[in-house]
Amino acid sequence: MSFRLGIDVGGTNTDAVILDPGNHVIAKAKRPTTEDVSTGIHEAVDAVLTLSAIDPGEINHAMLGTTHCTNAIVERKGLARVGIIRLSAPAGLAVPPYLEWPDDILGHLGTEYRIVKGGYEYNGASLTPPDPREVEEALKSLKKQEVQALAISCVFSPVNAGQERMARDKAALVFGEDFPVSLSSEIGSLGILERENATILNAAIRRIADTAYRSFQSVLAGHGVRGDLYITQNDGTLMAVNYARRYPVFTIASGPTNSLRGAAFLSGLKEAIVVDVGGTTTDVGILRHGFPRESTAEVLIGGVRTNFRMPDLISIGLGGGSLVRWRDGSCSVGPDSVGYRISSEALVFGGKTLTATDVAVAAGVAAVGQADKVAALDGRMLEAGIARIRSMVEEVIDKMKTTSEDVPVVLVGGGSILLPHQLAGASRVVRPEHFDVANAIGAAISQVSGAVDGVYDVAGKGRDAVVSQVKEEARQEAIRAGAEETSIEIVELEEIPLAYMPSNAVRFRVKAVGNLASIRAPS
Amino acid sequence: MRTLSVESIDNLALGAAVLGTGGGGDPYLGRLMAKEAIREKGDVRLLDPDEVPDDALVIPSAMMGAPSVMLEKLPNGNEPQAAFQAVESYFGKKAFAVMPIEAGGINSCIPVYTAARLGLPLVDCDAMGRAFPEIQMTTLTIGGINASPMVCCDERGNKVLIEALSNSWAESISRAVTISMGLASMIGLYMLDGKALKRWSVRGTVSLAIEIGRRIADAGRGKLDPVESILELTKGYRLFVGKVIDVQRSLTTGFVRGTASFEGLEGHKGALFEVHFQNENLIGLRDREPCAMVPDLITVLDRETGRPITTEHLRYGQRVVIIGMPCSPIWRTEAGLCLVGPRYFKYDRDYVPLEKLAGRAGR
Repeated sequence: MSFRLGIDVGGTNTDAVILDPGNHVIAKAKRPTTEDVSTGIHEAVDAVLTLSAIDPGEINHAMLGTTHCTNAIVERKGLARVGIIRLSAPAGLAVPPYLEWPDDILGHLGTEYRIVKGGYEYNGASLTPPDPREVEEALKSLKKQEVQALAISCVFSPVNAGQERMARDKAALVFGEDFPVSLSSEIGSLGILERENATILNAAIRRIADTAYRSFQSVLAGHGVRGDLYITQNDGTLMAVNYARRYPVFTIASGPTNSLRGAAFLSGLKEAIVVDVGGTTTDVGILRHGFPRESTAEVLIGGVRTNFRMPDLISIGLGGGSLVRWRDGSCSVGPDSVGYRISSEALVFGGKTLTATDVAVAAGVAAVGQADKVAALDGRMLEAGIARIRSMVEEVIDKMKTTSEDVPVVLVGGGSILLPHQLAGASRVVRPEHFDVANAIGAAISQVSGAVDGVYDVAGKGRDAVVSQVKEEARQEAIRAGAEETSIEIVELEEIPLAYMPSNAVRFRVKAVGNLASIRAPS
Repeated sequence: MRTLSVESIDNLALGAAVLGTGGGGDPYLGRLMAKEAIREKGDVRLLDPDEVPDDALVIPSAMMGAPSVMLEKLPNGNEPQAAFQAVESYFGKKAFAVMPIEAGGINSCIPVYTAARLGLPLVDCDAMGRAFPEIQMTTLTIGGINASPMVCCDERGNKVLIEALSNSWAESISRAVTISMGLASMIGLYMLDGKALKRWSVRGTVSLAIEIGRRIADAGRGKLDPVESILELTKGYRLFVGKVIDVQRSLTTGFVRGTASFEGLEGHKGALFEVHFQNENLIGLRDREPCAMVPDLITVLDRETGRPITTEHLRYGQRVVIIGMPCSPIWRTEAGLCLVGPRYFKYDRDYVPLEKLAGRAGR
């Protein structure tokens, strides 16, 4: 048999599931997330392996979704000092890097950048020829500033990455072969500022991502799991761990994507609102054709603008560990939470803090821990607390809805036991089996993708022939990444005619997605 | 004396997008440039047209080209000086102030950037009172003001001075120049004196945009109903409340043409609305009857936040309020309608003012 291990490291809990080849959950476990992340992973994996009683050698694939990188950026922890080389002069001097970045993150990253000659025009022609000696001098001066990672950007590098590669080769000479260098052409699309921002963030978190993934690998190896390791990305597909080390920024916000994909899989619904209640926060997203609806608003990560595609989400400070306060007949819930300490601090678990979980248990909505510990709570407070929790969620559901009609609502996440079986705005409330580990299941059923991004001449062969060609190239990329041929779908085809082009060059961005070979299609 | 500070730029960009009638693209880059220039050079003075002496030289400033290119190949910073020097030496006269050519997108903020870089004041007006796609589509053209001499500058330092026979020629020649500069250029054009400015510009556009932006931002803090507040300010009409049910677009010769369809909500349940756009929103039809038409302003706002939604960001399921705002009276003349009326955009309809159409439909 070949099994899959799905792991999701959330802010509060680390969940693990094992799926059989038919996508049945054969074991699941939930353990507190630990400060070092890997201890929590170790405990969850240990538990799930024991429960399943399978031979760890039969696990062919292990998938990890982790908020590690997001947290590092949001909490400004462990970030590297970054040096930036931008090949653009004389263009771009009016708008240097780091404009409108929050000051506190700059305190960690520094503001070392060098804008040097270089760049391309929209059609790949040279804007200004770069001067390799100038690039080398810039790199040496960044070395003097003791930067720990490099981000390299260049005008129109998504069209031609040649100059960024030249700068990378120079960096290897100046800083050594193993020095982390991130190229903007490998990170983002057109729009130099947002692409450069994402590249800087990537550079800043490579070191901590590397450490995290190494410890993840050694934890799994310690349990005898020798299958291929994958990290989930924010588009719901997987990266092999060696690839993820170089591009950790792609994992940002993969958690909500996993939970939405997991909810779609578990409920069998492709059109629904998903409410994911964790220990500290509730994320509400919406499924369209089984995938998260993407946000069209500008995407800020830790206060930094990027052009990533992110799931359209609303997050509120409500979770199982949310603190409940009762004053003068009014009841507040959250946004502060006991987080992972819920298992020791909540009243029903023998602690001393009144949490949302305690209120739900006392009111008879949920059944966990020891109900007798909350038997004496004020009835009026319970009523007000339950009403408050319910109205917080109903309000977000209403905001996410696209029509006034009621829609199915899927409840997932361990904290969703707080919620009642009926909600305003919901045509029905679905609480699927294994709802408490939907994230880890979402990670385990993730697919692999292949992408193509390039400029093609549509005049010669004609547009239709070029479209077929780029689709086929993306399909082949997906197969190389491990996708099973018959399951591959083209999920994205972006055609960017560069306005007023004298030639007929068009930029195509194509993404093909398929199931990992040997795994049945998720419904 | 009023000044434009870093803080007022976000409001300017937001409010200009309301006046931009769905066009103009993302003002992000213009906003960053204007703020950075103000941080470096100090606040920009905002003058009323009446504060400009009759013989003083005012130069409109803008960027031209493909928005996706502007967001990639950013300016050098010296383009405004290069452009203004070219014009000043042509006239043998120093520029007194800068003005915007249009509201909406990057060009709401570029004039602030130019003014800050050059240490000149900005005049509180523009040449459209909204956004339009072509250079000759200004109230200044109606006033017989020549777009030439027009100057196009690129980031390398290339400079082209155009003396065209008409403003339509200025449009086509400058576009060809911009293509060879790599699809983006900084332009200066329609140099005019204070006297012409007072007669032919659309007054108060900058302060109106800032006030609209401020009201939307305030509404976000729970202070008032943003839509009602914008309508009061612009003497506009609530044309429709609904949700987007379909958006069709096609790209033809640099224009994104299309139609957005809306299904009624609240008091408009059962009704349908269509907005036809060519970069900008041009015609609004309720149950196939026209409610508003170009050059009057048609803007789609988010029903909850009052934030404007540009044509490229319209998508299925958004709940919106569609508003109509009357255009500058200069556009409602025969010459104005000939330049930017429905027939210019190939709609087989005669222009009817918003007040008449929307008044008929009820506010």
